[in-house]
Amino acid sequence: MANKETRRAILNYIEKNSKADLGDLAIMLGTDEVTIANEIQDMEKEQIICGYHTLIDWDKAGSDMITALIEVRVTPQRDQGFDKIAERIYNFPEVTSVYLISGGYDLLITLEGWTLKDVSQFVSEKLAPVEAIMSTATYFILKKYKDHGTIMVPQKKPERMLVTP
Amino acid sequence: MKNPLSQKVVQLEPSGIRKFFDVVNEMKDAISLGVGEPDFDTPWRIREEGIYTLERGRTFYTSNAGLMELKVEITKYLKNRVNVSYDPKSEVLVTVGGSEAIDMMFRAMIDPGDEVLIPQPSYVSYLPCAVMADGVPVVIPLKNENQFKLTAEELEAAITPKTKILVMPFPNNPTGAIMTREDLAPIVDVVIKNDLYVLSDEIYSELSYMGDHVSIASFPGMKERTILVNGFSKGFAMTGWRLGYACGPAPIIEQMTKIHQYAIMCAPTNSQYAAVEGLKNCMGEVQKMREAYNQRRRYLMHEFKRMGLECFEPYGAFYVFPSIKEFGMTSEEFATRFLEEEKVAVVPGTAFGECGEGFLRISYAYSLEDLKEALGRLEHFITRLRAGKK
Repeated sequence: MANKETRRAILNYIEKNSKADLGDLAIMLGTDEVTIANEIQDMEKEQIICGYHTLIDWDKAGSDMITALIEVRVTPQRDQGFDKIAERIYNFPEVTSVYLISGGYDLLITLEGWTLKDVSQFVSEKLAPVEAIMSTATYFILKKYKDHGTIMVPQKKPERMLVTP
Repeated sequence: MKNPLSQKVVQLEPSGIRKFFDVVNEMKDAISLGVGEPDFDTPWRIREEGIYTLERGRTFYTSNAGLMELKVEITKYLKNRVNVSYDPKSEVLVTVGGSEAIDMMFRAMIDPGDEVLIPQPSYVSYLPCAVMADGVPVVIPLKNENQFKLTAEELEAAITPKTKILVMPFPNNPTGAIMTREDLAPIVDVVIKNDLYVLSDEIYSELSYMGDHVSIASFPGMKERTILVNGFSKGFAMTGWRLGYACGPAPIIEQMTKIHQYAIMCAPTNSQYAAVEGLKNCMGEVQKMREAYNQRRRYLMHEFKRMGLECFEPYGAFYVFPSIKEFGMTSEEFATRFLEEEKVAVVPGTAFGECGEGFLRISYAYSLEDLKEALGRLEHFITRLRAGKK
């Protein structure tokens, strides 16, 4: 398998299952474990693979973790555009993502906090006072139906018959 | 009272395997490697189109041969995938699954006494359908040493002056065998020399793992003597939608359409609309499913090799066909004991013809986790059998 194809196949597989056993993956892609391990290591170095996260349903875990989406309008700063202000925001550990957005506002932030108070405090104390930030609008997520490509609501049981010709 | 039954039907060989299937399907706690349909749900775009079609009130009959829009998409698809051009107006019939197309073709083409060559192991319906159409089925037993491909020698040896139709069931259920361009060329020569017609059942065409599937209809001189049967069940994971099609010479399609019109009227309307969406916008999903099957196929072959289970490497469908001859049991005995002792359902090779004796059909239309669990039990079982034999 060509290197590019191997990489694409690895990424396609581990995107949905970062726990994949490298031995199994090697068998399934028709290559060997060393090749797979090397490619993954290289892609980590090249930051093609940027991390391995766990998708958690915090509700089920018994924690009242809340997620907020915050739209932010920003005055871009001379010579630095949006990057400087984005950096200032994404360095807060409770911020889980920051996107530059086209349209009615500039940055979309997702934020995870333990309570409503956590979130409102963050907005009022950390975001709003920043000079370049013109306005914010905060939305709370009520229910996650699908996250990172995974459907979070209960799925049906398989209904196929055990044997069919 | 008069005998209520047709002798032809009563004398049809009862599918012996039915009993085994009934036993398995009753077992609530069994796991299975015995399923002949995809584990994937139909791609959502297709399902959503089906729903939309119902919402729009598209609940009427379509024309007998099928929606023109669908027939046009089918012909584009075949041109693109197997490089055969059909006229959507006269050379396509949309059917209730590929199975109906097989039945219609035999009924439209067979006169009493005409012989139909059926390579086996193969799907269960060719033989009874040929009999129901008053044809004489002639079985060609395929061989493990040929990787269950049909050879020109085997074909020639089975031909008589009465031979009319050759069934070409590739990629094959249950063996997973495929016929490459090189494999097909000598078959084409024999078919043309002997003036045969071909039923090419290509329902697994999208599930081909050694380059693209090659249709026998794409060889010069073959389109006019081939009925190409395909459908949406396997490649598009649409088994329950019951939608297939037959393409071939207009005079044959015309007669098939006539029977279809009387027996069926038309294929389900919402399935037809949904399939249009599938052909237009879901080839990427079809490819993803193919890749997933191929990964599991490699995994299964690797595990069989490790267990020392003899199995040729199949490159089509979602089946492998390992030999169990070393255990000195019939396929059915093996399958029954495996089910009783390890609670795993597999299908005995004999379900697909006598020459399937000594083999099992194992399906890989399962997730890797399911495969691992079932293979673990298989290893456990055969280790015990081997120890017992010593």
